[in-house]
Amino acid sequence: MKYIIAIIKPHKLEAVKEELEREEVHLMTITEVLGCGRQKGITEVYRGVKEVDNLLRKVKLEIAVNDAFLEKTISAITRGAGDSEIGDGKIFVLELGECIRISSGERGGCAIG
Amino acid sequence: MINYVDTVWMLIATALVMMMTPTLAFFYGGLVRKKNILSMLMQTFVILALVSIQWVLFGYSLAFGPDFGGIIGSLDFAILNNVGMEPVLGQTIPHQLFMLFQMMFAVITPALIIGAFAERVKFSGFIAFILLWTTFIYDPMAHWVWSPDGWLAKLGALDFAGGTVIHITAGTSALVMAVLLGKRVGLTIGKAPHNLPFAVLGAGFLWFGWFGFNAGSALSVGPVTVSAFLNTNTAAASAAITWMIIDWLVNKVPTVLGVITGIVAGLVAITPAAGYVTPSASIIIGACGSIFGFIFVSKVKPKFGYDDSLDVFGVHGIAGITGAILTGLFATREINPGAADGLFYGNPKQLFVQAITVAVAVIFSAIGTFIIFKIVDSIIGMRVDSKDEYIGLDLTQHHEAGYTVME
Repeated sequence: MKYIIAIIKPHKLEAVKEELEREEVHLMTITEVLGCGRQKGITEVYRGVKEVDNLLRKVKLEIAVNDAFLEKTISAITRGAGDSEIGDGKIFVLELGECIRISSGERGGCAIG
Repeated sequence: MINYVDTVWMLIATALVMMMTPTLAFFYGGLVRKKNILSMLMQTFVILALVSIQWVLFGYSLAFGPDFGGIIGSLDFAILNNVGMEPVLGQTIPHQLFMLFQMMFAVITPALIIGAFAERVKFSGFIAFILLWTTFIYDPMAHWVWSPDGWLAKLGALDFAGGTVIHITAGTSALVMAVLLGKRVGLTIGKAPHNLPFAVLGAGFLWFGWFGFNAGSALSVGPVTVSAFLNTNTAAASAAITWMIIDWLVNKVPTVLGVITGIVAGLVAITPAAGYVTPSASIIIGACGSIFGFIFVSKVKPKFGYDDSLDVFGVHGIAGITGAILTGLFATREINPGAADGLFYGNPKQLFVQAITVAVAVIFSAIGTFIIFKIVDSIIGMRVDSKDEYIGLDLTQHHEAGYTVME
């Protein structure tokens, strides 16, 4: 079992979701986050005072998958979120120790999907 | 002769109409995505400032100055020359107060249009568009219908508070802008209003301000003023209930956005009729505003696929046309002895005049808006590039954020 964390541009969320649907990955958790990568932020100006900020609004997806779904999920996210430019985001893959479905008490691979 | 009761009422009415523009900012602002809230607020406030100055400098003169062939006012009233405290013939309030009251109408009309190009308009192009539109569409249209020498006024067109001059012209221009500017990008996500309570607050204060808009259009205090006030409230109420019922029947759920959209449609529909019809007619007019508005917003627009972002045409254009035509049916001298009867009171010609006025407003504003768009778009540009659109107008046009993500 793997735990995938992807940081993407907010407006790419819909495209990524569509690609994931196509690969039959339906379950995910999404949060709005601020991130700071190699892409430059936008300087904000309040009453003439400049607020230089390199933090940009991003969306974080968290998806737990069985090993068989790992590559499909990664390529779906890459297709949906990619513009081949700085700021497209990153995908992190972590080992997942255990997964428990609260409603039934099922554990492991069958509790993921 | 100045009547001081009339003057006090018109000062209040003017302030009420002024308030409708910042109110509209929140009505519209609540309906866009949160990355564009400031752009909506900014555009409405800048229109309030720009048109206020334009009106004082030459706008009022073009609309209400001494007539030039029934087509346009001369520049005799420019920079408020010859516009003093002495009332205009037939009025009982200072000339400057009449000018101010009309100024607030000139302000809110272009502000209505911005709902159609929300979330993608370029700020510099927007400023040029608004100034040209106010000068070349609004000012002549106001002259034709409201100046006693205007050619539509002479034809006998009834437009109590601006159903044609304001809502039909703004609605039609909005439709043209939406088509020419094209759809917003990335609209598959985030269609939902980002702050519906803002929109509800906006609708509530629009209803309140509309008393100044309609009852103020009597320009004095008397029976017609009260009729207009009563009809305004009654039509808004009738339209709210009508939209809710249709929503409930068609979409199986009564929605908040439905009720507030109905309120605005009803207020728009009663605007041309307010001082001419009976309260029972206003119930029908309000209901018709909602019925036709609903059909347009939920059936016709999706079929054509243009992106009138906040349904300016569907609500203001369609309800405005509905109201203007129904005025030709329901107008009665029992309510307003100084006006004309409609078809139901034995004067079928009035319906014909109303139809002509509607057609003129639609055609004139559509062609005019098309030309102004082409000029501004080729010189300054009317639309931001798609990357700026993704990031949002607040950050890219104004370098500010409406909301922080953290603290």
